[in-house]
Amino acid sequence: MTTKGFLRPLTRRAMLSGTAGAATFIATSPLHSPAIAQNAPLKVGMMLPYTGTYAKLGQFIDDGFRLYVEQKGGKLGGRDIAFVQVDDESKPEAATDNMNRLVGREKADVVVGTVHSGVAMAMVKVARDTKTLLIIPNAGANDATGPACAPNIFRTSFSNWQSTYPMGKVMADAGIKNVVTITWRYTAGAEMIGAFAENFTKNGGKIVADLTVPFPEVEFQALITQIAQLKPDAVFSFFAGGGAVKFVKDYAAAGLNKTIPLYGAGFLTDGTIEAQGEAAKGIRTTLHYADNLDNPANLAFLKAFKAKTGKDGDIYAVQGYDGAALLDIGLTAVGGDFNARDKMIAAMGAAKIDSPRGPLSFNKAHNPIQNIYLREVRNGRNEMISVAQADVDDPARGCKMT
Amino acid sequence: MDFITLGVQLLNAVQYGAVLFLVASGLTLVFGILGVINLAHGAFYMLGAYLAYWITLMTGSFAVALLGGVLVAFIAGILLETVFVRLLYGRDHLAQVLLSFGLILVIDEIRQLLFGKDVHAVAPPAWLSGSIQLTDNLSYPVYRLAICVFCLIAALVIFFVIARTKIGMIVRAGSENREMARVLGIKFDRVNRYVFAAGIALAALGGILIAPISTVFPGMGDSMLILSFVVVVLGGIGSVAGAAVGALLIGLTDTFGKVFFPSVSSILIYVVMAAVLLWRPSGILGRQDA
Repeated sequence: MTTKGFLRPLTRRAMLSGTAGAATFIATSPLHSPAIAQNAPLKVGMMLPYTGTYAKLGQFIDDGFRLYVEQKGGKLGGRDIAFVQVDDESKPEAATDNMNRLVGREKADVVVGTVHSGVAMAMVKVARDTKTLLIIPNAGANDATGPACAPNIFRTSFSNWQSTYPMGKVMADAGIKNVVTITWRYTAGAEMIGAFAENFTKNGGKIVADLTVPFPEVEFQALITQIAQLKPDAVFSFFAGGGAVKFVKDYAAAGLNKTIPLYGAGFLTDGTIEAQGEAAKGIRTTLHYADNLDNPANLAFLKAFKAKTGKDGDIYAVQGYDGAALLDIGLTAVGGDFNARDKMIAAMGAAKIDSPRGPLSFNKAHNPIQNIYLREVRNGRNEMISVAQADVDDPARGCKMT
Repeated sequence: MDFITLGVQLLNAVQYGAVLFLVASGLTLVFGILGVINLAHGAFYMLGAYLAYWITLMTGSFAVALLGGVLVAFIAGILLETVFVRLLYGRDHLAQVLLSFGLILVIDEIRQLLFGKDVHAVAPPAWLSGSIQLTDNLSYPVYRLAICVFCLIAALVIFFVIARTKIGMIVRAGSENREMARVLGIKFDRVNRYVFAAGIALAALGGILIAPISTVFPGMGDSMLILSFVVVVLGGIGSVAGAAVGALLIGLTDTFGKVFFPSVSSILIYVVMAAVLLWRPSGILGRQDA
């Protein structure tokens, strides 16, 4: 199984885009004569899930990144960009081989990836060993910008801690005293529930019970009955994808949503609302994005994304888009000279981006500093109610930047 | 825990067991009578759920989805038996595992092409969409109760067919002593085909029935496949009554395990399985001499 990812040939799309990139370069190169070091296009390796459960997320990140590059005429910091693409299939066991192939055989200068935290952590390890510049456009594992942080690793999405910590205060301020938490028993679940509980208890709240189900099981009925018996003031939950849809529907079908309000991490209702339907109505969540943000950057982004792909942009597309924006800032600072790495990384670390999600900057561990929004499901959308906490900065526990 | 909550949890356990039984009964038929390990059983469960989603969307009727989905699965079963599964009889288990694992990949790709990878919801029929108030703050969807009733009916039909009809008699003879039955002039080709198709149809039926209370999503067959095997092994391979007992036992273990021993709930059903197999190596209702 481990050799499978290594032996698999490049996808046709990757070949096509690579060829197209090369063709563009050949066609345009006679028109200008840049320095030799900047002659070849900068090779960006996209290591994302193009198939499997997270395929849609991977495609949106890819589309977002490419949209930004297109808007800059196919260049970042004046340097031509060529893409090479690898499907990571969200398989941690193949992640190291895939990453090594991108860095070794494909000679990618920069790698962008990925969605799944397990895969991302394997990529982080290779990036640390090979000093490859890595931009993480989704995976939220705290460790990536914690104990495993490095100067050449950036994240344009969120840390799990960051996405739920503000909700602790929001719920305590709403007068909620007793909460039952429920999630899958795995790292992301533990990190999201942990951050919420940390802030909630700090503000005087009490966690009555910490319920978990094995990942990725979706049989919730026993625990829902338990919640009904415990009668907490509210429930805080984290599930995603199919599990999120089923949990929200089961919760509503049991009639609990009438007496015990449901709160959650933003992923509970992101990309799942349509299938959840009426059952999702009124659920409040926190995330670094909302469907109706009306800042000019978001409006312009959504319009451009729709024009390019025909689809409505979402947080995943934004995270990819901002990844390209971050790389652009780094390359611009060094005039496209990728060899001036230290200067480039310093510029990226100091970047201030007017992101569709709102103001975006980076902490010393290269995790985003960003607003976390309180949203409520209304009219089938995650509509912003307020800024739950502005400029949320992950504590980056265990990060020693060398 | 008070008595009412205990009762509700018991209901949860029975309802979960009922669905497990429906899916596992198809597996135990194919396994016990044809001797074929069908790893693609979970994939047909998933396909059933997607068919329920798609047909309900097209026709607006869950009843049509129920009949249509089962029919499609039955026909698919007949075709598969004729073209592929036939070659597996008498071969070693590795060949069966390889072929049925290949089927999983193919079915998954077909699902990807036809329905995409989004998560979907299916509405239960209107007359079953209400709910019953059980405690002051907990209500129970009528549809979940209906599933229990439906599974009970399905179980009775299966028992009746096997115990009282001619085809059931042939099936039983075939699983007892195939050579002798063949000597007596029974042609198994057609029986095999129908048994396999019925097994597939039962998997799909489980998927269709669960669709309104579950959600329809790509990986839903995987965990169901493992649970079905646990149920089959626990109850005794080839025994439909054993599957019923096994399914109920797993339903109870899983539900009360989650409530009383949450930290080890994920391994509890396997602990129960190991314990039962130590006590009865061929399963609860399996033939102990086998």
